[in-house]
Amino acid sequence: MKTLTFLSRHAPFGTSNAKACLDMVLASAVFEQQVNYIFMDEGVWQLVRGHEPAGIHAKNTMAALQALELYGVENIFALEESLTERNLTLAHLQIPVRLCTRAELSSLIKTSDVVTAL
Amino acid sequence: MIISVMVTGSPVSQQSAQTALSFCQAALSAGHQIYRVFFYEDAVQLGSALNVAPQDERNLNAAWSEFIKQYQLDAVICVASALKRGILNDSEASRYQKPAANLAEGFDISGLGQWVDACLNSDRVVSFGA
Repeated sequence: MKTLTFLSRHAPFGTSNAKACLDMVLASAVFEQQVNYIFMDEGVWQLVRGHEPAGIHAKNTMAALQALELYGVENIFALEESLTERNLTLAHLQIPVRLCTRAELSSLIKTSDVVTAL
Repeated sequence: MIISVMVTGSPVSQQSAQTALSFCQAALSAGHQIYRVFFYEDAVQLGSALNVAPQDERNLNAAWSEFIKQYQLDAVICVASALKRGILNDSEASRYQKPAANLAEGFDISGLGQWVDACLNSDRVVSFGA
């Protein structure tokens, strides 16, 4: 088993990056790897509850975040400073996540076999 | 060292697909082994045999296809990314009743599991285009 770490750094809509990252996380979980799923920068918007993307004819791919637990993805982090910069708190988020600092992010990356930023 | 490479950037609007090719060539020259190249998101456009490059510009699709054939590399295009962008092999073209297939020589179409497999079997996985 390897530790695969994903840094999701883009807003949920506007580009396909968020969906591309989520698909990689789910594939890694299906293969029963140790996954760290880290939301940072604009990526923290993916976690916010209440998206209604039907208005822009987009699919609500972030609804699948609810399924992460079923897939066995338990290590879900949000970079605390990214939330703070955007005036977001844990209360705004649709799933429980662990907050991490830059130093903790560095150590998560350091202890990973593969890091993918999307 | 056993290396796998993931390419995500568009070959026509970003430099990353060329950088990835140069990296792979350098890696082989230095004696490393390439386990797999995985093309994801816009990089799947590299698998089209129908692109036309201006005469005074490099045809990156052809360069990748030649490189893959020369070294008999395992080059996998993500099926979900490919279908969305109209990159089809014969079986996908017939499955979705499309008028033609356009997958260039050397490439295979498969799923994200191939990328996870590459992670498991490589000492390093290097991404280009994010």
